[in-house]
Amino acid sequence: MSIPKADIDIDRSAGDFSYPEEHTFDAGVGLTEATIDYISGVKEEPEWIREFRQKAYQTFLKKPMPTHWATKDLENIIFDNIRYYLSRGAKPKRTWDEVPEDMKRTFERLGIPEQERKFLAGVEAQFDSEAAYSNIKKAVGDQGVVFVGSTEGLKEHPEIFRKWFGKVIPTSDNKFSALNSAVFSGGSFIYVPPGVKVKHPLQAYFRINAENFGQFERTLIIADEGAEVMYMEGCTAPKFETATLHSAVVELVALKGAKIQYVTVQNWSNNVFNLVTKRGLAMEDAEVKWIDCNIGSRLTMKYPGVVMKGPRARGEVISIALAGNGQHQDTGAKMIHAADDTTSNVISKSISVGSGRATYRGQVTVPKHLKNCKNNTECDALLINPVSRTDTYPAITVRGTKNAMQHEASVSKVSAEQIFYMMSRGLSEGQAMSLAVNGFVNDLVRQFPMEYSVELKRLIDLEMEGSVG
Amino acid sequence: MNSSLVIKDLCISIGDRPIVKSLNLEVPKGEVHAIMGLNGSGKSTLAKAIAGHPDYNITSGSVLLDRVEILGMEADERSRKGLFLAFQYPNEVPGVSNANFIRAALQSRLGEGEELEAVAFYERLYEKMDLLEIRREFTARSVNEGFSGGEKKRNEILQMAMLEPSYAVLDETDSGLDIDALKIVATGVNTLRGPNLGVLLITHYQRLLNYIVPDHVHVMMDGRIVKSGGKELALELDERGYDWVKAEEAALA
Repeated sequence: MSIPKADIDIDRSAGDFSYPEEHTFDAGVGLTEATIDYISGVKEEPEWIREFRQKAYQTFLKKPMPTHWATKDLENIIFDNIRYYLSRGAKPKRTWDEVPEDMKRTFERLGIPEQERKFLAGVEAQFDSEAAYSNIKKAVGDQGVVFVGSTEGLKEHPEIFRKWFGKVIPTSDNKFSALNSAVFSGGSFIYVPPGVKVKHPLQAYFRINAENFGQFERTLIIADEGAEVMYMEGCTAPKFETATLHSAVVELVALKGAKIQYVTVQNWSNNVFNLVTKRGLAMEDAEVKWIDCNIGSRLTMKYPGVVMKGPRARGEVISIALAGNGQHQDTGAKMIHAADDTTSNVISKSISVGSGRATYRGQVTVPKHLKNCKNNTECDALLINPVSRTDTYPAITVRGTKNAMQHEASVSKVSAEQIFYMMSRGLSEGQAMSLAVNGFVNDLVRQFPMEYSVELKRLIDLEMEGSVG
Repeated sequence: MNSSLVIKDLCISIGDRPIVKSLNLEVPKGEVHAIMGLNGSGKSTLAKAIAGHPDYNITSGSVLLDRVEILGMEADERSRKGLFLAFQYPNEVPGVSNANFIRAALQSRLGEGEELEAVAFYERLYEKMDLLEIRREFTARSVNEGFSGGEKKRNEILQMAMLEPSYAVLDETDSGLDIDALKIVATGVNTLRGPNLGVLLITHYQRLLNYIVPDHVHVMMDGRIVKSGGKELALELDERGYDWVKAEEAALA
């Protein structure tokens, strides 16, 4: 177990910096039909996409905020104050040398080029609305793997892109999926050809640099029959006084026998509204696994889902949420069984610190005509302080008699006696808290790729160090 | 004395209730002192308060570790200064392996930028585990989780052996131990015994003192040390009970 070192103050601010804005393209403040035409124009998109966006905008206007079940804090998002598109051009660079100096320095400070050299098969680094850098290792590209931004994907690979785009998550799924569909920019398009197993992860890094900004990346990953791929995303933003909105849509398609693992380690600053829709489609014998770690943000609402459409498909969500002071992590999972012999597994662990609040919402649906479907859900909450809060809202609809469900939930507390015990061995209060929290999530952290589990422990240490005293 | 744990006129309350009443005691380095007393005499309160438990209110007095006042310090600082408390009821730390826990505790004693050397750490850990007859699998098990009473107590002594304190307070380390476990724990403590360690042994029964033979024995009653003597005092208490000490004290008062 690593213990925070003296360089902790430098580390804490690792993501909290920004460079002066120098944008060539700026859609201005607020959202109208003209904003959408502007974005589509800068990107030189085909007409069908512009129409898709305008239609989505109408849907966005009509859809109510989900405040009848979700937090009223959503009402504090002022859509008219947000800037929807900021970039220096829609074409990413293929080498770091070509990336503008300030952006390059940003990603260097976040360690992205170093990670790329060490263990990644490809990297996309998004700065505000567009990727500044996008590259895939030659060996991986030679296998026919496509890893580009969403704009390039829809222009260069329309035959695959159009087939699946907006099919896993329809525009009208919720207000924020509609908003994303209207103004999306950036994100990744990945296609892995049949039978190709990408050995090393592909990574995207999402960086918000501008204030009052909304980042709306759109990711579509398709693993063709028998293909395997792991995708990882990281995200940070500097801490601004005003609210920033991050609202992504991520669609995964795992065709027959394919496997997709999607790993998120987010560390948003606590002015960010993080409202993300993520869903995967798993066909016959396919597997979609979400490994999701939510640290930071003001409010995160995210319920990664898997629709198991083919027989023997498997869906899994492994999630860790850490709600610090003043933060609300509203996360969970959706498992939609739509074929026989499908299996889903949800393991969620949340930690609430100080006035932090963690909410778990889980939906499991098995219709009556199916048989041999299995779901296992475990959700455990850890409360650090007496004022911390946790809620669990499971919605399980299992019909028919030939299916098996299991749901377990637990709430535990870090006791003062436990902290005293650890302190009496020489650990500071913050270190003792970190150790207790790391212990609580330990079995899940092991499922993260090694490089990420180290990062995750470090983030938990920092978050806990900051929460005491 | 320069090298000793000195408790002077110590008064401890829980809430408004006084538990320890003007207690005086000195444990020089190199000696083993036993405090014996009935339930409710304030023994465990004394142990926890010395270690810095925040729930105990120290209303007056002082505790000096090699002449340095430790009462204003947090528990972790006292530990790093060389104080160790073996708990009567050790806590569980789910998900944190025993080896990592001890490693973190040792790491907390190092300066900035210093890193514990892993190979040497495990060599030393295994050596101490062998001494206490703790199986290797216990390095990977979560701290005290699912341990039997005896395993927990042995684990406390293991931590003590690894942290090498200058003063150790052992709070009812014998409770819940069968005779074999008691012997193992005693062997561990006796091995650590020496000129660089002062031990305050808190116990209910004389039994433990057959195996860890104290230099001095003190009787605690109603928050005070009422009688002190050599190791033979423990035998006398075992034979005659505590009533005669009470009567003796009443006669003096």
